[in-house]
Amino acid sequence: MGLKSKDLLGMKQLTAYEIMEILDTAKTMKLVISSANKKTSHLQGKSVVTLFYENSTRTRLSFELASKYMGSASANISTSGSSVNKGESLLDTARTIDMMGTDIIIMRHNQSGAPHFIAPYLKASVVNAGDGMNEHPTQALLDMLTMYERFDTFEGKKIAICGDIYHSRVVRSNAIGLTKLGAQVSVYGPKTMMPVGIENMGVRIADSVADCVKDADAVMGLRVQLERQQKSLFPSIAEYAKFYAITPEMLALAKPDAFLMHPGPCNHGVELPTAVYDCDQSVINEQVTNGVAVRMAVLYLLMARRNNL
Amino acid sequence: MRLILTNCKVFGNEKADKVFIEDGKIANEFPEDKADRVIDLKGATVTPGLVDMHCHLREPGGEYKETIATGTASAAKGGYTSICPMPNTNPVADNAAVISGILKKAKEADNCRVYPIGAATKGIDGELISEMGLMKEAGIVAVSDDGHPIKNAGIMRKVLEYASDFDLPVLNHCEDKSLSEGAMNEGVVSTSIGIRGIPTAAEDIMIARDIILSEYLDIPVHICHVSTKGGVRMIRDAKARGVKVTCETCPHYFTLTDDMCATYDTNFKMHPPLRTKDHLEAIIEGIKDGTIDAIATDNAPHHADEKVCEFSVALNGILGFETAFALGYTYLVKTGEITLERLIDLMCYGPSNILKLGRGGMNIGDDADLAVFDLDHEFVFEKDKMLSKSRNTPYDGYKLYGETILTVMGGKITYEKLC
Ligand SMILES: [Zn+2]
Repeated sequence: MGLKSKDLLGMKQLTAYEIMEILDTAKTMKLVISSANKKTSHLQGKSVVTLFYENSTRTRLSFELASKYMGSASANISTSGSSVNKGESLLDTARTIDMMGTDIIIMRHNQSGAPHFIAPYLKASVVNAGDGMNEHPTQALLDMLTMYERFDTFEGKKIAICGDIYHSRVVRSNAIGLTKLGAQVSVYGPKTMMPVGIENMGVRIADSVADCVKDADAVMGLRVQLERQQKSLFPSIAEYAKFYAITPEMLALAKPDAFLMHPGPCNHGVELPTAVYDCDQSVINEQVTNGVAVRMAVLYLLMARRNNL
Repeated sequence: MRLILTNCKVFGNEKADKVFIEDGKIANEFPEDKADRVIDLKGATVTPGLVDMHCHLREPGGEYKETIATGTASAAKGGYTSICPMPNTNPVADNAAVISGILKKAKEADNCRVYPIGAATKGIDGELISEMGLMKEAGIVAVSDDGHPIKNAGIMRKVLEYASDFDLPVLNHCEDKSLSEGAMNEGVVSTSIGIRGIPTAAEDIMIARDIILSEYLDIPVHICHVSTKGGVRMIRDAKARGVKVTCETCPHYFTLTDDMCATYDTNFKMHPPLRTKDHLEAIIEGIKDGTIDAIATDNAPHHADEKVCEFSVALNGILGFETAFALGYTYLVKTGEITLERLIDLMCYGPSNILKLGRGGMNIGDDADLAVFDLDHEFVFEKDKMLSKSRNTPYDGYKLYGETILTVMGGKITYEKLC
């Protein structure tokens, strides 16, 4: 029981077996969240620090609650901008936190590979809460938990992901995790937001939103950063909403029992019309609950590994 | 000082097994008892001292990474007797005073002949041409804004024209910065690890522009550190129709590929970035068919603080002097791609000709600039034994052939492996 590695850096580093272990554990954790007394002792006596170099409300809160529900002592450090602009280097900051006896450091950073860089220097387990454009493993795990509650298996299931593929760490983690479990992932977005060689990650590049979502078992929209207009990645919100959004007509092309996901926060009326966000097929609110469950599972399994050593 | 190198093979002279050195020159035979020192080379090979037409010594301004003294010692350990530092120092080497300062320090260190390259534009900011004439009087052998490609084609034209008045070669680092915001080659690996990519097109577009300008003006241009198959193809085609274009590549472009960045190891981060295998193969093809004229190091020392950090934040470049020959010998000659003669062309005569340095003479009366390499025994390259002040090499632990045994510059021993 427990994860093989000291750290959770990404879906790249997890085996299919470990992913299923996390999802199964998360199902149990969900019972804790829905119970009247949200308290377990899984992390009793452990200390957890969240170190966020990027703004985030939901991911950070989700991790915080996850660790508190399991009885850990937790602290938060947040600093806007990257460590480069500060006097202290990322490694110095991380080492300092490590030397204070921290068991788990949960880090979000705007540089891809930042958690991979610090992890080997630390005794603490490092959990990647999003690194640049690389990965956001706990988001993928919560997405997969949401699917797992509806599928008996991932094998052969069709997952459609539409939006800004290039900048999305959510896409990378989902593509890696889902393909490891045998799902078929299709992606689509404006060509200005499609990274070179994404098909080598085992996903299919669709020709249009319609082609992407056709016969899908699950459909995922992605947040589009409105600032990207300034970089000439798309010309206007109106045009994006018209040609790249998941409209009710598009969603109707998916399987009848397909459901809609979004990592949030959503730009209503841009990537998803409000009618779609709130539709019966939307499981977006449930994803939020699953986020806490999956993070409880990850923290628990990382510490279970320690106890086994 | 009279020196005799014995028990050696001599490059270009199959019959010889000794080299005599007197008053800094290669000399006629003299008796051993007249020598100050006789060195038994145990079968190693004496070649002309190597010439590096593209390196960074960091002084003035970057002495915490490297000084002219440590950088030239490192070069001597690589078998180099002549090296050309790029002008991106602080202050920029864009005027005669800075050039004179560099030459003074080089003279004091006396490890290598140092032939500085002056900035092509003032402050290497690509806007106003530099005082090339005055810098030439001070000792520069070429101009370049290396690392800061001249993006404005009109300025590049004026640089080529004005430099040709002083017979100064122009060396351009080709990279269209509007396409190259990234930190590694754009492709499967950059997408997989979420690092912004630099497309090969960024390099190819500027190579195409420079070839067009050179052809139109009938003025030579030299392309620095070519890393792409498109670049090799365009230069090959241009040469075939008589355009005066020359180019160099670096050992990392024929030994490493972009998949090595997958663990975010910053020792694989450089500009241009490491490319994919098909580009590496095209570079070797260009080396074999003569499209590529020189192998330069782009030796780029960086302090640990600038490399032990997040990948996108890390500075570009790796050390090159102490591994270049061994990498060329191991990956090009040992593998049968080229002969030792061709490797010496690429690492001595080629760059010497482009910059008109007149180096590499092996006849009686020529300057005794020599390198001695052990071509027969494998050695393990260890970064902790480097003479550079920095340690940013991806080759630590590599098993290579072609270890430097001895380097002689103007009859003076500048490096000697302690056996
Ligand atoms: Zn350069």
